[in-house]
Amino acid sequence: MTTEKPYRRRDLLGIRELAASDIIGILDTAENFREISNREVKKVPALRGKTVINLFFENSTRTRTSFEIAAKRLSADAVNISISSSSVSKGETLLDTALNLDAMAPDCIVVRHSSAGVPHRLAEVSKAAIVNAGDGANEHPTQALLDAMTIREHKGQIDGLSVAIVGDIVHSRVARSNIHLLTKLGANVRVAGPRTLVPKDFSFLIRDQEIESGKKPLEVCDHVEDAIRDADVVMILRIQRERQDAAFFPSLSEYSIHYGLTNERLNLAKKDAIVLHPGPMNRGIEIASDVADSSRSLILDQVKYGVAVRMAVLYLATGGSPASG
Amino acid sequence: MASDLNLVEKSRVMDASAMNRALRRLATEIVEKNNGAENLYLVGIRRRGVPLAERLRDKIEALENIKPLYGILDITLYRDDLSTVGANPVVNRTELDDDVDGKKIILVDDVLYTGRTIRAALDQLMDFGRPKKVQLAVLIDRGVEHRELPIQADFIGKYIPTKQNEIIKVMLKEFDETEAVGIYHRSSE
Repeated sequence: MTTEKPYRRRDLLGIRELAASDIIGILDTAENFREISNREVKKVPALRGKTVINLFFENSTRTRTSFEIAAKRLSADAVNISISSSSVSKGETLLDTALNLDAMAPDCIVVRHSSAGVPHRLAEVSKAAIVNAGDGANEHPTQALLDAMTIREHKGQIDGLSVAIVGDIVHSRVARSNIHLLTKLGANVRVAGPRTLVPKDFSFLIRDQEIESGKKPLEVCDHVEDAIRDADVVMILRIQRERQDAAFFPSLSEYSIHYGLTNERLNLAKKDAIVLHPGPMNRGIEIASDVADSSRSLILDQVKYGVAVRMAVLYLATGGSPASG
Repeated sequence: MASDLNLVEKSRVMDASAMNRALRRLATEIVEKNNGAENLYLVGIRRRGVPLAERLRDKIEALENIKPLYGILDITLYRDDLSTVGANPVVNRTELDDDVDGKKIILVDDVLYTGRTIRAALDQLMDFGRPKKVQLAVLIDRGVEHRELPIQADFIGKYIPTKQNEIIKVMLKEFDETEAVGIYHRSSE
């Protein structure tokens, strides 16, 4: 079942679906939106009369707020819907929920769901542009975009950088979107984490990309030190405490001892290496407090750029053209 | 915008030296009307207003020994046709690093035609603060009969009455191969 869509709408379902030039276009557009948040009147009329629905089936404060602020700074009307699993169990199916919302003629639906593929399914039935705000363990494209914006801001470009991604790779949509984005833009990605949380085979992640002339864009490291050594960027993933029960690793303190980012470990990276974390942080577990508070940690920059990235994404989803450099 | 390939030049109305003379006169008029360059803030409207504003700034500095403030407006997000044009146009950066409060703003653009660009620029400017006053300087005024809004220029490089089917092209070395102003019309294919 597919629906006739206005030709203007553009979904953002994942980084995987984007070409490198699409990613650059979004990042360049986001650069140009940054300044709006520094104005006395932090609002432009670009999306006046447009409706953005933030449809969150999973809890989120940061991402939802960021999307809401982005929509409002563009003068769109933002409607937030948080649907706990209990109200879904009233009986309405996901598609019925979507069709009901669609009947109210939103221009864009930002969706987060615990199941992978939900945004893709919504995109098939909805007339609105669908923006993925996180679907299960699949993707979280705006997080990868804001990470890329932060890296570009501090490193100039992404091509040629070494990026370490540390933590629970297997369950992380942040890792997945970042691996797609960083390898598409020419970075060298090294991942490390407990063996139970790092996929052995990444072909499912990078099957769309040719590994050219023996150059390995992605490397799995047995030790976190090997991933961090000489890295330009160290990206720490959040340990989801709820996974502790599933016995992927013995205990939080053991995780912290073997994989936590301490100053000692960070010193293995390049002198000017930067530290990213998608938040919310577990201080003292995946990242030591002094590292989190150091000048190399750009966690609050990430949050700041998140608004600009989401403004760009909403503008482009509702018909804007990407900046051309 | 039609591709340049379909445009035929009908007449050339200014060459590089005529443009330079016009800008020199505009600079003189601006400082005369504002009793000097104190508190002046030149704001170029992307794209072609930007190099024109830079040139006016330099000429005003040469006249008065004061460097006026200078900034750039990208009016894309303030356009009134965002919901009607096929695809929203590309957004470029607005750069107003100095506070506009209390300043005498000189908006600079290459051509004044319908006035809609200037309306968007004024709206955007007000979102940055409260200037003391805003004046408009344009290199070319196509004539008040084309105006769709009650907007006029305070400083005009050259008044060129045109028909609606004609196109004025201001060519600047920053973007084009030559420095000139020409009247064009679409070739009937």
